[in-house]
Amino acid sequence: MDNLLQIQNGQAVSRADIPDLDFPLFQQTVLDVTRHSGFVVQFFAYEDEQSTLKLIAVLRSGQMLYVTGCSLADEYPSFTPHCEKFHMFEREIAEQFGVRPTDHPWLKMVRYHENCRGKEDIFGNDYSQDIPGNYPYFTVDGEAIHEVAVGPVHAGIIEPGHFRFQCAGEKVFSLEIQLGYQHRGAEKLLEQAGQPLNRLPVIAESIAGDTAIGHSLCHSQAIEALAGLTVNDGAKIVRTIALELERIANHIGDLGALSGDVAFNPPMAYFGRIRGEFLNLTLTMAGNRFGKGLVRPGGIAFPVLAEHRQILRNKIADETPGIAHVCELLFSAHTVLARFEQTGTVPRHIAEKLGLVGYAGRASGLPYDARITFPTEAYNQVTINNNKKTVGDVFSRASVRREEVKRSLQIIPELLAKEINAEPVAVPASYSLAPDSFVVTINEAWRGEVSHCLLTDKDGSILRYKIKDPSFHNWTGLAMSLRNQGISDFPLCNKSFNLSYCGFDL
Amino acid sequence: MLSVIQNRREQGYRTTPYPKEPINLYSRYRGLPTVHQDCDKALARQCAEACPQQAIDVERMVIDIGRCTFCGQCEIQSQGKLVTFSNNFELGASSREALFTSGTLPALAEHSKQHFKSLFGRSLQLRQISAGGCNSCEADTNVLGTPFFDLQRFGIDFVASPRHADGIHVTGPISNNMKAAVLSTYEAVPAPKVVIASGCCPISGGPFWGSKDIVGDLNSLIPVDLYIPGCPPHPMTTLHALLQFFK
Repeated sequence: MDNLLQIQNGQAVSRADIPDLDFPLFQQTVLDVTRHSGFVVQFFAYEDEQSTLKLIAVLRSGQMLYVTGCSLADEYPSFTPHCEKFHMFEREIAEQFGVRPTDHPWLKMVRYHENCRGKEDIFGNDYSQDIPGNYPYFTVDGEAIHEVAVGPVHAGIIEPGHFRFQCAGEKVFSLEIQLGYQHRGAEKLLEQAGQPLNRLPVIAESIAGDTAIGHSLCHSQAIEALAGLTVNDGAKIVRTIALELERIANHIGDLGALSGDVAFNPPMAYFGRIRGEFLNLTLTMAGNRFGKGLVRPGGIAFPVLAEHRQILRNKIADETPGIAHVCELLFSAHTVLARFEQTGTVPRHIAEKLGLVGYAGRASGLPYDARITFPTEAYNQVTINNNKKTVGDVFSRASVRREEVKRSLQIIPELLAKEINAEPVAVPASYSLAPDSFVVTINEAWRGEVSHCLLTDKDGSILRYKIKDPSFHNWTGLAMSLRNQGISDFPLCNKSFNLSYCGFDL
Repeated sequence: MLSVIQNRREQGYRTTPYPKEPINLYSRYRGLPTVHQDCDKALARQCAEACPQQAIDVERMVIDIGRCTFCGQCEIQSQGKLVTFSNNFELGASSREALFTSGTLPALAEHSKQHFKSLFGRSLQLRQISAGGCNSCEADTNVLGTPFFDLQRFGIDFVASPRHADGIHVTGPISNNMKAAVLSTYEAVPAPKVVIASGCCPISGGPFWGSKDIVGDLNSLIPVDLYIPGCPPHPMTTLHALLQFFK
C-alpha cells in the first residue's frame, strides 16, 4: 500500500507525504480501491506553487481513509468507464481546470463557469452568454415520445435547477438534471489570497444554509487541524448536539413534506410546526434558527449554560411523544404506503456504483454513516442506529429518516447529561496555518457525508479549498430513481432525496 | 380515522395570536443592533476590522444591517461596548439608506408606498425566486405557510406562476447564472408589481460579497421596494415587514 497514504479524519499531514505517482500507477491504484469496496470522498485538481496541475484522490474503504496524488496533463484517460463513482468529479475537474478526460461517456458541464487557467473551454461555451450554454440534453426519439422541461424557476419556494424528462405517456424513460444556477464561487472565495480568514466561517455556513452546522463543522475542524487549535470536550458536545438538532429539524420537515406530496395533510401540518420547534432550539443555543454563528474554529462562539440545557431537555421531552404519534399516523395510513412503497426505487447495485451517501445510500443497503466510520466531536460517546429498511424506494428513505429522528431524540438528552463546560471562543482575525499541509474533514450531516479538504502553500496560505456536499453524489441517484416511474411521482421522489442545489453548485 | 382525530387533539391549536398580541423571541436571538456612540474609537476600529462582513462604519458609527449576517462577533469582541444585539425582529425597511443604522429604523408602515396598500392590502400574491440563496432564507420563508404563522390568514400567499403574482420575493446574491431568470420572471409579473429583497444576499451579496460569480445587489438590476435584512431573516421579521408594508 505504498501508493496510498493512510490518513485520519481531521488530522493534517504534510503535503510532501502524499504519494506523487505516475499517472498510470495512480489510476491503477485508485481504481483498485474504488472498483471493489472503496468509495470516493474527494477527487479534485489544484495548481501547485509551480503552476503544475495536480490531482488528489481521497478514498474510503471500510474504516480506512486514504489519500494519493499525481500530476495531471491537459488530457488523460477517464476513470468513469471503469468506475462510475468518478463521473461527476471528472466533469467538475474538466470545468474548473480545462482538462479533458478522454472517453468520459457523459462529459457535460456541471455549473457553467469559466475554468481558472484560461484554457480553451472543454464544453465549447461562450461565458459572455447566459446559462444554459452548450448543453446537449439526452433525447429519446420516436413518435410516442414527449419531452418535459422544468425550471430553473420552480413552482414553489425552492432553489433553481433544470430538469429534462423524456417520457412515453406518463412513464419517464430518462431524467436529466442540469444545475449550476446557484453557483456563487464559494471555493474561489474561500481561497482568495490575502482575505482575512475571519470571513471563512461565515462563507462556510452559507455553502448550504440547511446544512450550516454540517459545513461549518467541516470547516472549523480543518482550520483547527491546520492551526493547531484544540477544542474542549464541552464544546464538542455542544457541536454534536447542534448537528443532531439540524438532522431532526430537516428530517421532520421532509417527512411532513412527503406527506403533503401524497395529499395527506395532517402530518404535513404537524411536522411543519414541530420542525420549527427544533429550529427554535438551535436558536436557543446559537441565536440563529439554522445555527449560523455558533461553530467557530476552536470551539463555539456562545456559552451553553444550564438554562439552555434545561430548555433543550424540556422541549425534547415535550415533543418526543407527539413525533412518535404523528410518525405512526403517517406510516400506518395505507393511502400513504401505497404511494411510498415501490416508488422511486434505487436498487443496491446502482446505489453502490454511484456511491450514494447518507440516508439515500442507507435506504439502498449501503450502511455507511460517517458518525460511525469516522467519528468526530462527541460521536465516539454515543451509539448510532443502523436501519434495516433497504429496498431503496421512497418508503425506505422515509423510514431511515424516521428511525434517525427517533435515535437523535435520544442522543441529545444523553449528551446533555454529560458535563458541559464550554467557554466560548473569540474568533481572531487571522490564524497561522501550518505550511505545506493537507487536511480532509468528514462529517455525517443530515443529508450524508460532507467533506472539506484544504491544502496550504509554503507560507501557510490556502492553496486549494475543496468542498463536497453529499448532494454531489446523490443527484444522479434521484435521476436513476425516476427511470420507468410515472412523471407525477417526481415531486415525491425528489422530496424523498431532498438534495441541495447550492451545496452542489457551490 | 380515529388516529387522525387523536393526533388532532394532541396537536391542538398552535397559530400565533400575532399581531394582535406581541411575540417575544428568545433572548439569544440577534435582532436589531445598537451601535453605542460613546464607544472608544480605537476599540470601535478594532471591532470594525474584525467584522467578517465589513458592515461597521466607524466614522458614522452605524452598522449596515443590509450587509451584516448577525453573527454577533462584534458584540462578543467589544464585550457589548460597541454593538449590542436586541431581540427586536422588526428589521424591514423601504430604503437601502435606512439600513445603515445606529439602533433605530424608520417606522415601516409610514414609509410604504400608499398605493401598494390600496392595491395589495387585502390580497398579495408573491412569486419567490431563489437566486443563489443558500436555502436558509427559502426555508424560513416557507415556514410562513405552517400552522404557527399561517400567512394565508392575512391574504398573503406564494404562488407558482409569475403571471398570478403581484410581485417577486428574491433571496440569494443573484448568481450570474440566475440573473436572466430573475429578469424574465420580473418581466412576467403584470404591473404594478413589487420587488422584495430578502436576506443580506440580494441587498449586498451577503457572505458572498466580492465574488465575481454574483451580481450582489438586486437594486442594481430592478428597483427594490422592500428590504428584509437577516441571514436569514427570522420568519417574524418577514411577517412583520409584509404586514407593515402592505396592510
